[in-house]
Amino acid sequence: MSSYAILVRGIGKVFRKRTAWFRRGWTEEWALKDVSFHLRPGEAYGLLGPNGSGKSSMIRILSTLLTPDHGYAEVMGMRLAEREAEVRRVIGRVSVDAAYYKKLSARENLLFTARVHNLEPRAAEMRALAILEQLGVEPKRFGDPLEEMSRGMQQKVAITRALLVDPPLLLLDEPTTGLDPKSKRDVMLFLEDQRRRKGSTILLTTHDMNEAERLCDRLGMLAHGRLVAEGTADELKTIAGAASLEDAFLGLAGEKLVDLENNEEVA
Amino acid sequence: MVVRQILGFLYRDWHLTRRYWSWVVVFTLYAIVSSATVALIGVAAHDTRLTLTLTIGALLWSFLSVLFNEIAMSIAFERWEGTLEYTFMAPVSRLIHMCGVSLYALTYAAGRAVFVLLGLFLFLRLDLRGANLLGVLVVLAVSSFAFVGLGLVAATLPVMSPERGAEATNIFQSVLLLVSGIYYPVSVLPGWLQPLAAISPATYALSASRKLMGVDTYKEAAPLQGAPLSAVLPELATLLVMGLVMVPLGFYVFGRVEAWSKRTGKLKRTG
Repeated sequence: MSSYAILVRGIGKVFRKRTAWFRRGWTEEWALKDVSFHLRPGEAYGLLGPNGSGKSSMIRILSTLLTPDHGYAEVMGMRLAEREAEVRRVIGRVSVDAAYYKKLSARENLLFTARVHNLEPRAAEMRALAILEQLGVEPKRFGDPLEEMSRGMQQKVAITRALLVDPPLLLLDEPTTGLDPKSKRDVMLFLEDQRRRKGSTILLTTHDMNEAERLCDRLGMLAHGRLVAEGTADELKTIAGAASLEDAFLGLAGEKLVDLENNEEVA
Repeated sequence: MVVRQILGFLYRDWHLTRRYWSWVVVFTLYAIVSSATVALIGVAAHDTRLTLTLTIGALLWSFLSVLFNEIAMSIAFERWEGTLEYTFMAPVSRLIHMCGVSLYALTYAAGRAVFVLLGLFLFLRLDLRGANLLGVLVVLAVSSFAFVGLGLVAATLPVMSPERGAEATNIFQSVLLLVSGIYYPVSVLPGWLQPLAAISPATYALSASRKLMGVDTYKEAAPLQGAPLSAVLPELATLLVMGLVMVPLGFYVFGRVEAWSKRTGKLKRTG
């Protein structure tokens, strides 16, 4: 058994698109090129990169939703290609879009998740309420349809969904994008507490340098599908000779990060 | 464990039906009205046999099309909601997932068919004494397997094409309606279309149901004389074989398409 929570070696993913339906030609777009990194159990690792750098593709591969074309990946000692079903039991994923049955209430959405994860519904309901309360959601909103909730509240329900099954590994794909400052703070405090109390391993993708620096032990910088630098925030700043992580990214990746919420450059 | 997971899909689909109740009412009323308008063609012709033929066609199509549609569109619906990735990464086998979806579809289709039947009684004076109604239920139950298999195959279309998959599913359904002899004998179809009727499970379900209802032997002003179940054994055997082939085939195709969509990145919400 591997001592890594995540082990990624030489992962490559290319998307092919037909140039026209009647032609045989294809265009190729590399989402990931020869990416390797690892996470130890209990570690928080941040993948930084602009839109289209391959962050979400990496999360999808580790979530068993995308098959890599090259390379090798392991989650909690289980090889992805061989033990997909078991891998799914140990991961909780939060994506940038809080994907839900919008007409259903938070309770109905979460109890559906609980049942397909084979959790006892009553115990799952109590746990969901406890997590939501910790995230600052009032229990009376539990029965409200998701479509009547704010973006921040929806994202908190998404985090509750990921944590409902108490997974040892959390895959967080820009979990705070689009949230107001208070919701961002609530989510960050909760994730820090989760790490402290449960020792969860976290893989976080983000544009937010402060968030990455605060939560992650180590960071990897992705640009055009390649992992161009890796280390602690301080190491990366030292290597790049930069005062801030934004400047370090600019120096090491050779491009600017873009704030998805405001579509503004942050470096 | 398996039961709880299957119940999970029933729980989700029941609450979705509940939350979209106004659409359910509209679609059910539409089904009653469209079935009645078809059946009334027989009444206008003062032809009880034609009325029965059309009524049985409308009722069976109401059941089978909803069953097929609920399964086939389950994936398209998840695409629209954006939940497909979460359902596909849940630790539940595709067999259990689609069993849950199919079981709910079966219950929903049967419930709606009952409402359509009750609604039809508002428009038609049908004396069903003498019809082998229990036999028809057996035919419906057996034919459901083949329709579940077809639904599974059709459900892969929205996986393959986020943009065109749902439309293709509707084309698939309309071809079934055209070739299965729902409102007319298959023999009136052009010769080049008739082979398709032979591979549609609805053709056999309708043929058997009409015999069991006594439509084929109906004499004007006489009570119905429904055939016994033994008279439709060839149709039942054909439907059973179709179910035995189509359900595993449906799961096989679904599995292949799922693996393909993971290689090509088609599971992603926007495709």
